[in-house]
Amino acid sequence: METIVMIKQVPDTTEIRIDPSTGNLIREGIESIINPDDRHAIEAALQIKEKLGGSIIAICMGPSQAIDAISEALGFGVDRGILLTDKCFAGADTWATSFTLGRAVEKINNYDLIICGQQAIDGDTAQVGPQLAEYLHIPQITYVKGIKEITEKKIVAKRLVESGYEIIGCGLPALLTVVRELNKTRFPRFDWLIDACNKRAPIEIWNAADLGVKAYQVGLQGSFTNVISTYTPTFKRRGEILEGDSQRMVEDLLTRLEENHLV
Amino acid sequence: MSIWIKHELCSGCGACVKVCPYAAVEIIDTKACINERCTECGVCLTSCKEKAILTDVTEKTVPDFSDRKGVWVFAEQRDGILNRVTFELLGIGQLLAKELNQELSAIVLGSKIDKLIDPLAEFGAENIYIAIHPSLNDYRTIAYTSVISKLVREYKPNILLIGATHTGRDLAPRLSRRLGVGLTADCTELSIDPEHGDLLQTRPAFGGNLMATIINRYSRPQMATVRPGVMQQIKGKSPNGPRKIIKSVSLSEKEIMTRILEVVKEERQKVNLNEAKVIITGGRGVGSLEGMKKLEALADLLGGEVGGTRVAVEEGWVTVERQIGQTGQTVRPDLYFACGISGAIQHRAGILGSKYIIAINKDPMAPIFQVADWGIVGDIHEVVPLLTEKLQQR
Ligand SMILES: Cc1cc2nc3c(=O)[nH]c(=O)nc-3n(C[C@H](O)[C@H](O)[C@H](O)COP(=O)(O)OP(=O)(O)OC[C@H]3O[C@@H](n4cnc5c(N)ncnc54)[C@H](O)[C@@H]3O)c2cc1C
Repeated sequence: METIVMIKQVPDTTEIRIDPSTGNLIREGIESIINPDDRHAIEAALQIKEKLGGSIIAICMGPSQAIDAISEALGFGVDRGILLTDKCFAGADTWATSFTLGRAVEKINNYDLIICGQQAIDGDTAQVGPQLAEYLHIPQITYVKGIKEITEKKIVAKRLVESGYEIIGCGLPALLTVVRELNKTRFPRFDWLIDACNKRAPIEIWNAADLGVKAYQVGLQGSFTNVISTYTPTFKRRGEILEGDSQRMVEDLLTRLEENHLV
Repeated sequence: MSIWIKHELCSGCGACVKVCPYAAVEIIDTKACINERCTECGVCLTSCKEKAILTDVTEKTVPDFSDRKGVWVFAEQRDGILNRVTFELLGIGQLLAKELNQELSAIVLGSKIDKLIDPLAEFGAENIYIAIHPSLNDYRTIAYTSVISKLVREYKPNILLIGATHTGRDLAPRLSRRLGVGLTADCTELSIDPEHGDLLQTRPAFGGNLMATIINRYSRPQMATVRPGVMQQIKGKSPNGPRKIIKSVSLSEKEIMTRILEVVKEERQKVNLNEAKVIITGGRGVGSLEGMKKLEALADLLGGEVGGTRVAVEEGWVTVERQIGQTGQTVRPDLYFACGISGAIQHRAGILGSKYIIAINKDPMAPIFQVADWGIVGDIHEVVPLLTEKLQQR
């Protein structure tokens, strides 16, 4: 069983600070992590490998420091890592990202299963997985919260929907996007982490030329959508803090609710 | 190849070899030659003193889309019942269509859909594109992608909106890739750029810390998924009644590739925070299941629902389908009570559409007060029962 996991390096969002004057992210001092859903994708791949054998490749597109995400993946037990990095990959929307990842998968040219996290905590789009599946012309199962059955030829998975879940089956190769309910992630092995930071670690770095793509097909240039402005949300509310003891405050609140016909 | 070297001019100096990031230029027999690794990035162009490197790479241009007309909405149905977000999409769709002076249409796929036509028309659909086939009974990615992509290619809409539900977020990206167009996820605001008529798509990023406005200049239809619970429904029947366009489809199980083996319904379906007029939400400050009971009593009295922060859900005081925020539900009640909630950005992201927000927290510095209409600094275990009591007396 040959599995590819797609991982993204993201800033830890609970700590995000926005510079109110520029609207830019303040990146200093913010830790980068493997996107949480992608940790579950790695775990799923490891459990499948433990059952069926084979190997796991982790692919990450990002700036050169995203190699840390790949090293961490090797620490969990992933066999090989590929970092897709190039100046011209920068600024990619999901269209350009799925194309770039798709070219990398085509270059590997040997896989049964691709596993992605459902969505990344920085963009929250959940688009790259399905777009990649379409690029590769393979079936997709999104919101996977359980794997009922997997063999070399097919998979049966539980797909989370608003009203419960669906049990979906398809042949391989296929692409899954997984949610955090799927599994409990393990800790990396310290000795494997050390090996992963070694020069001889099985990590390759591919640029646009290695993928055989043109600069205008990837990154900002290869994107259909552009961010034209950003702003930090402002909240227009009354902001009235009621005063007095509890009795007084509750009375005042009720008066205001009544005045506005809310009770 | 669109970057090449005019060998008569090349001095063989090797400056281009040095600047190329891809080792795509080599000196062969004293002349620079470009190999297959070239990505046409253009870095070498300015490095050549002899101006021997030429290109026909042009700036990206915006194509002419004047033949693209109409706002389309994907009508999502399950078991013959339209998802609420469909009406919300028709609501915003009406506004966009009016602004553009174009028509609003719905697309509905299924095996039995007669009952769905009237409600779609009642909420503003002027045209209804219909595809009926047994294989379309339950949503499946490739079946729906195939049918909708054919409709889009034939009728060339300008805008295509899909709800950011589990179905929509499975379908929209697959469809966008098939159609070769851009897609913006999970929008919370949509409007038309008055100058060029493009769709301005605004969405939260970084868990609501930042709002980004995105535009899709280079492809049509302009596709966006829209977060459920954010847009307003608007009744508005077109005077001519809906025009029905029925498309015949052929689909084989083989091309659909996936099979639904079973559909399992779970409890979660019963809660409908989206439609609640009053929501009483508890956070860490609730402290226990007993604490939650006090909130439930108030909710019962006001005919509302209870919700929880992620902390309250993780503590087991509230069930997961009642989580409100970035990774839970987005709600827009008339009255939102935040009880013992700090007001983390991920929580606030789900409540901004509320008409009135009331915060009760013992910490006067809690960020929740910044988004509250009325705040009470106090202990919820005292304030909430008191509020319930006084309400009962009135
Ligand atoms: C990727 C991501 C997604 C997330 N998604 C969500 C989401 O969808 N929804 C969500 O809610 N959170 C979400 N979170 C978590 C979020 O960041 C906060 O941790 C969470 O909302 C905090 O919950 P809380 O306000 O209940 O708890 P706390 O932050 O611990 O706040 C408790 C508050 O209660 C007050 N308090 C304590 N006792 C009392 C009392 N007796 N009377 C009055 N006040 C009292 C305290 O002063 C404090 O302000 C997400 C986080 C991440 C990283």
